[in-house]
Amino acid sequence: MTTSHARGEVSPRRFSAFIGTALLSLALLAAAFLPANAQTTAADQDPFALAVQGLDARQFSDKAAAIDALGALGDERAILVLQAFADGRMYRRNADNLVVIGDRVGDIFNLTSPLTAESIGTAASGDIKKIVANNKLRGQIRGVLGQLALFSPNADNRLDAARNVIASPTEEALGLLKRARDRETVSKIRDTLESGIAVLELASDDRAVRLAAVATLADRSDPDIKSALDQRLLEINGEFIEPDPEVRAALVAAIEDINDRLALFGLAENLIFGLSLGSVLLLAAIGLAITFGVMGVINMAHGEMIMLGAYTTFIVQEIFRSSVSPEFFGMYVLVSIPAAFFVAAAFGVLIERGCIRFLYGRPLETLLATWGVSLILQQLVRTLFGANNREVANPDWISGAVAFGGGVSVTVNRIYIIIFCIMVVAALAAFIRYSRFGLQMRAVTQNRGMASAMGIRTGQIDALTFALGSGIAGVAGVALSQISNVSPNLGQNFIVDSFMVVVFGGVGSLWGTIVGAFSLGIVNKFLEPVSGAILGKVVVLVIIILFIQKRPRGLFALKGRAAED
Amino acid sequence: MGPISSRLLALESKRSWTAIVILAVIAIVVVPFLNLAVPEGSLFHLSTFWVATLGKYLAFAILALSLDLIWGYAGILSLGHGAFFGLGGYAMGMYMMRQIGERSVYGNPDLPDFMVFLNWDRLPWYWFGFDQFWFAALMVIAVPGALAFVFGWLAFRSRITGVYFSIISQAMVFAFMLAFFRNEMGFGGNNGLTDFKDILGFELSQDATKVGLYIATVVALLIVYFICRAVVTSKLGRLLIAVRDAESRVRFLGYSVTNAKLFVFTLSAMIAGLAGALYVPQVGIINPGEFAPAKSIEMAIWVAVGGRGTLFGAILGAFAVNGARTYFTAAAPEIWLFFLGALFILVTLVMPHGIVGVYKSLRSGELTAAIGRRLRRNNG
Repeated sequence: MTTSHARGEVSPRRFSAFIGTALLSLALLAAAFLPANAQTTAADQDPFALAVQGLDARQFSDKAAAIDALGALGDERAILVLQAFADGRMYRRNADNLVVIGDRVGDIFNLTSPLTAESIGTAASGDIKKIVANNKLRGQIRGVLGQLALFSPNADNRLDAARNVIASPTEEALGLLKRARDRETVSKIRDTLESGIAVLELASDDRAVRLAAVATLADRSDPDIKSALDQRLLEINGEFIEPDPEVRAALVAAIEDINDRLALFGLAENLIFGLSLGSVLLLAAIGLAITFGVMGVINMAHGEMIMLGAYTTFIVQEIFRSSVSPEFFGMYVLVSIPAAFFVAAAFGVLIERGCIRFLYGRPLETLLATWGVSLILQQLVRTLFGANNREVANPDWISGAVAFGGGVSVTVNRIYIIIFCIMVVAALAAFIRYSRFGLQMRAVTQNRGMASAMGIRTGQIDALTFALGSGIAGVAGVALSQISNVSPNLGQNFIVDSFMVVVFGGVGSLWGTIVGAFSLGIVNKFLEPVSGAILGKVVVLVIIILFIQKRPRGLFALKGRAAED
Repeated sequence: MGPISSRLLALESKRSWTAIVILAVIAIVVVPFLNLAVPEGSLFHLSTFWVATLGKYLAFAILALSLDLIWGYAGILSLGHGAFFGLGGYAMGMYMMRQIGERSVYGNPDLPDFMVFLNWDRLPWYWFGFDQFWFAALMVIAVPGALAFVFGWLAFRSRITGVYFSIISQAMVFAFMLAFFRNEMGFGGNNGLTDFKDILGFELSQDATKVGLYIATVVALLIVYFICRAVVTSKLGRLLIAVRDAESRVRFLGYSVTNAKLFVFTLSAMIAGLAGALYVPQVGIINPGEFAPAKSIEMAIWVAVGGRGTLFGAILGAFAVNGARTYFTAAAPEIWLFFLGALFILVTLVMPHGIVGVYKSLRSGELTAAIGRRLRRNNG
């Protein structure tokens, strides 16, 4: 029994060894015969085909030469070929020694011609032989592919490639850039290519060419171009890199021009960032301003209303992800806005009716009680959703960035936040100005006793005001979820800042809050580069504390008797 | 009897004196005895951990007293008292940091480790003098006092009161937190000051040193209590209560509200600084976390739970809330914030005068009468 088992095990092994040897000798035979045949077919084809066939060389150094040749040709087909080679999808067909691209499907390979990118049938794994690449070749391919992207059919890829060449110029790239420029139809990319050519021509031996290059570059506003110009002005061993004094003078003038423009762009960038920070602050603070103004109540749980809004967004997103078809997924943000408003408003009413109502006239106690509410809400959310950050994905129409000239780029979500903030504030202002509820609210703000005497139910107004303020905080949460992570501590980060906005702007004044938020946002952003982000914030806090000395009621103090007690 | 001792005796009634003496004897004699003299394993042995924890509570009680002095008596709710507490702690921490000397990881006799790490070659000017205990002890009081004087002068002069003052003081402590988080400030940044070795030559790791620190804290609490007691029973104390209840009226009567508030606020900050200085050697670390606004708000709830406007209530509240924290964070950490939050709400809504208030109304029969009225109304 044992012997027969042993025999049965041995014989298949021997058999496979025999087959293996046979196949190997067949392959060697084929290798000995066919190269001559293949070379004759490749020789009468175009240089691209020759270079492709060259990838199947015995030496890695020959393969490297073929890759360089493919790159220098500037043929967009080379992108496909090199990508396949780097991915290990390049094969030699044993039958005719042709280099092909193979994609494995089950046991067979779908073959694609590297020259035409068309399918040329299938092959079994024994019919083709993989052409191997090593890491050094893959690195080389990455570099070549970067340059070849200049010829990509996709305009964005071409632009990126052109920018990359400018950022790290190489001598060989000049020819490629010129060829790409001649083929380029999009004027913006053409400009970038012209800049790249000019950057390379700064090192030209011809003085006139250098001068022309400086003239071309003088009206660009790109930090990379500026550093390329700066390079030319350096001294090495007491000798200028740029020998000609006239060209040097032109360089200095060009750099000054670029610096001026860059400073302007920097200003614009800071302004946009400041505005978007201000918008966030405004959204966070405006609800606080309303409740503080109307009721004289400090709601320390206001930040948690923002957090609830952000978590509502998260839940709506999850619902959309699981039960709504993907093409409508981007709409979840629009659904979140009213959802967050109502969730936060409902919590607001609950807090007002259940707690704050009993504490009117005792603002310090209200402050402590609402702090207690905020602790409970935080822990509640932490228990329900976990302490970790929850990610809310930006829908497609909110993601991405808008690039302006001079290396300034602003993410789209920041711009949307500015727009969204303006819309919310306008709607709120209109509501307070024109609606009946707004009128009653203003009356209670100005003089509670008199408003009550005129038949306004101040208790009801209080509850609704609190709901409104909380609801807007919830909406702010939707906006915040688009620019930062959603965590139980989300609201805490905003509480001090939003109080500062309200105190700075003036309690109970919509305008004061708006001006306060935007000035704090912009001042913060402009201080950041001077003093660092954290110190900038400290400086702003100190400035506010000092400012309160001058105007204890804020920038836009309410006039009249209500403000005096 | 001299005038001072008779004044001191008159601070408390005979019964209160008895209670204070009994409590002081328990704290100063019985607790160290149970720790040092009773052998470990005995039923009555008090572990060093509990002595240190009690010492921590006592430091918090001093802090609560300082807050009660301004909130309970002058109506100033400072949400930035953590700044004074923290500064006092940092001053003491700097002294102990300098005492480490060559025993640090880098072994630099002049520079604390974090400065060596930052490649600084000499001490910043504000660290000079902190190798002397008397200087550090002076700074523990002087720095918070000076800050409170400037801040209070600015605030009270422009008549910032009520919630405005609370918010501004919160912004102040927030600014301190942000600033102290920076490494360039020279206070150890994120990690703060730690790895202390000894204080006044006594090794901090020794049980006897821990008991000594604990006794020092008890004595400090007694002294602070009597200082506060002297302030609130004086004429100034009555003025403060008047300011709390009707500030404008006091001003119209011709008193300087600003000066009265400024005095008591500065005194309170100094006491808070002292509390911080006693706290740091017992826990062995001070970092910017002490400046977190949430911590400063929590101090208010200690006072509120115990009963503001009564000095004993503040001490009681500090012990009660921190005792609950120690229990919950060990037994059920996720419950703790629910508990604390509910405490904030319930204390403000249901028992505005705290535990002391409930006790008083129970004794006077007011509470039972009120409950009886409510029950009768519901039934009828």
